[in-house]
Amino acid sequence: MQKIQDNRAWLLVLPVFVTVAFSAIIPLMTVVNYSVQDILGPDNRVFVGTEWFTEVLQDEDLHNALVRQIMFSAMILAIEIPLGIAIARALPVKGWRASLSLVVLALPLLIPWNVVGTIWQIFGRGDIGLAGYVVNALGIDYNYTADPLAAWITVVVMDVWHWTPLVALLAYAGLRAIPDAYYQAAQIDGASTWAVFRYIQLPKLRGVLLIALLLRFMDSFMIYTEPFVLTGGGPGNSTTFLSQYLATLAVGQFDLGPAAAFSIIYFLIVLLFCFVFYTALQNVGRSRPAS
Amino acid sequence: MAKIDLVELSHAYTANPQRREDYALHKLTMTWEDGGAYALLGPSGCGKTTLLNIISGLVKPSTGRVLFNGQDVTLLHPQQRNIAQVFQFPVIYDTMTVADNLAFPLRNRGWGAAETRKRVEEIAEILELTGDLKNRASGLSADAKQKISMGRGLVRPDVAAVLFDEPLTTIDQHLKWTLRRKLKQIHAQLKLSLIYVTHDQVEAMTFADKVVVMYGGEVVQLGSPQDLFEQPAHTFVGFFVGSPGMNLMPCRIEGGSAVVGEVRIPLDPGTAQRAGQAAGKLTLGIRPEFVELARPGAPDSVPSPIERVEDLGNYKIVTARLGEQVVMAKVSEDEAVSSGTAHLRFPPQWTRIYADDRSLA
Repeated sequence: MQKIQDNRAWLLVLPVFVTVAFSAIIPLMTVVNYSVQDILGPDNRVFVGTEWFTEVLQDEDLHNALVRQIMFSAMILAIEIPLGIAIARALPVKGWRASLSLVVLALPLLIPWNVVGTIWQIFGRGDIGLAGYVVNALGIDYNYTADPLAAWITVVVMDVWHWTPLVALLAYAGLRAIPDAYYQAAQIDGASTWAVFRYIQLPKLRGVLLIALLLRFMDSFMIYTEPFVLTGGGPGNSTTFLSQYLATLAVGQFDLGPAAAFSIIYFLIVLLFCFVFYTALQNVGRSRPAS
Repeated sequence: MAKIDLVELSHAYTANPQRREDYALHKLTMTWEDGGAYALLGPSGCGKTTLLNIISGLVKPSTGRVLFNGQDVTLLHPQQRNIAQVFQFPVIYDTMTVADNLAFPLRNRGWGAAETRKRVEEIAEILELTGDLKNRASGLSADAKQKISMGRGLVRPDVAAVLFDEPLTTIDQHLKWTLRRKLKQIHAQLKLSLIYVTHDQVEAMTFADKVVVMYGGEVVQLGSPQDLFEQPAHTFVGFFVGSPGMNLMPCRIEGGSAVVGEVRIPLDPGTAQRAGQAAGKLTLGIRPEFVELARPGAPDSVPSPIERVEDLGNYKIVTARLGEQVVMAKVSEDEAVSSGTAHLRFPPQWTRIYADDRSLA
């Protein structure tokens, strides 16, 4: 075959390049700029190479925030995904009950994040909050502003309350897409409820669960508003997650160089995790050797 | 294996069926003999699938009973009655291998590993799936997937019957023949009762010993392919089975003959006598294969203007007018057809009279 060389063909991909440049690369470049320079004033900057990166990577507080962040994401994923599937399976299939339960289920998703934080901040208070008051009345010492464990539980429960509906809705849509014939065949084959779940529903839900997992991972890994409103990262630093730490660095202390370096690292971590999840789930149950 | 009796079975999908049309099945009583190969033939929406789902237990009938070997199973779930069913579209368990797919119904019923394996290999052998046993089922072609579905239906040796709900719809035309022949062979080999739903008459005729024709929620005829052809019990059977279908013409009876429009058509004495006593709307039916082209002036022949002659390769279809009615005759290719007027003869032994669509025989 004759190879045609014509550099004008590059013009065809130009629109994509321009779009990507404006949507991603140029904004990102400002951060890159800050991360490799020490900017002292409008016309006064020094190139510092990887200094900010080295500094940030050795930051003990950041290590702790990262560990907390991973723990938090792992916990909410471990709760929200199974819980979401369980709820989706329990929801009515049709009729007004189905519509009603979907609307009720979706309510937390419609509340602004700031308000979610505020709701739980009040809800969990021992003096005026319903949940805090009831828990204390049951004889359990609960005070999320003073006790790190209580603060953690509150943040996790808040996130589960806020976001499990998303997983449930996705799983519900996935379940409805399974043709009736599968359930009928399973009945004929004498499959137990567990077998129906394990061999029909779960494999058919793989696609939506992958999306649910990625969405929930990214969102939870970048969580900021709700814990900021609820606990302000405390008590101490016990609920300070990465985004909040970054905000303190950039806005609070105005350390723009380290903050920019950290932003890039943060971005790469999210990207890496998403890649790992995606690849792993794409292959699950595929490359497994035949038994 | 079992004899399956259906007693006065009716089913409606609406909550309060009032009219006859509300019923998908209407007062259906029939028996499926043990070990038979049945085809359930009928147009879309005639209640075939409903009937099948009631036999398997996926659907509970509104009224009536289902008996397996005399035992009432009407209210039992599919798991509790011993029945297998294969659906129109392939159902496979994606994450399992072909072998696990085939073994699934056995494992769910507590079979041991060794017997399960033996049986799975047996079925795979019959369906020519042996080479794929260790492969994941999800990667296979649609044909192979449907074979797996069928395999899961056939794998249990002790079922009362295996029900097939148009299982070859998604299958490639050529493979259809192979699989259908395979099913016949399996029937002979495994001695299972098979009930095969289809709307394709060729499929029904080639597969089954007995064909059950359904129309409007009722069974209108149960018989061998030959019965359906030679003695349709209902005008629908005449029209639906055969290509082209039976000639059907409204008629009245006058002294031993049927009169269509102005034309007298002789009947055999028995038919004429029954027709004379019958009430209701009378219809004369004769298959195009039995309509003869006679010489001009031959006794009992009816001159009819020819509308068109179609040569279909190995036979011709002559379409002629009989008063208001159109009559088709299917004649051999060699037969000379004079243009203009055909002299049609209706042999009395093949001429049937229907009263309100039902045969008087």
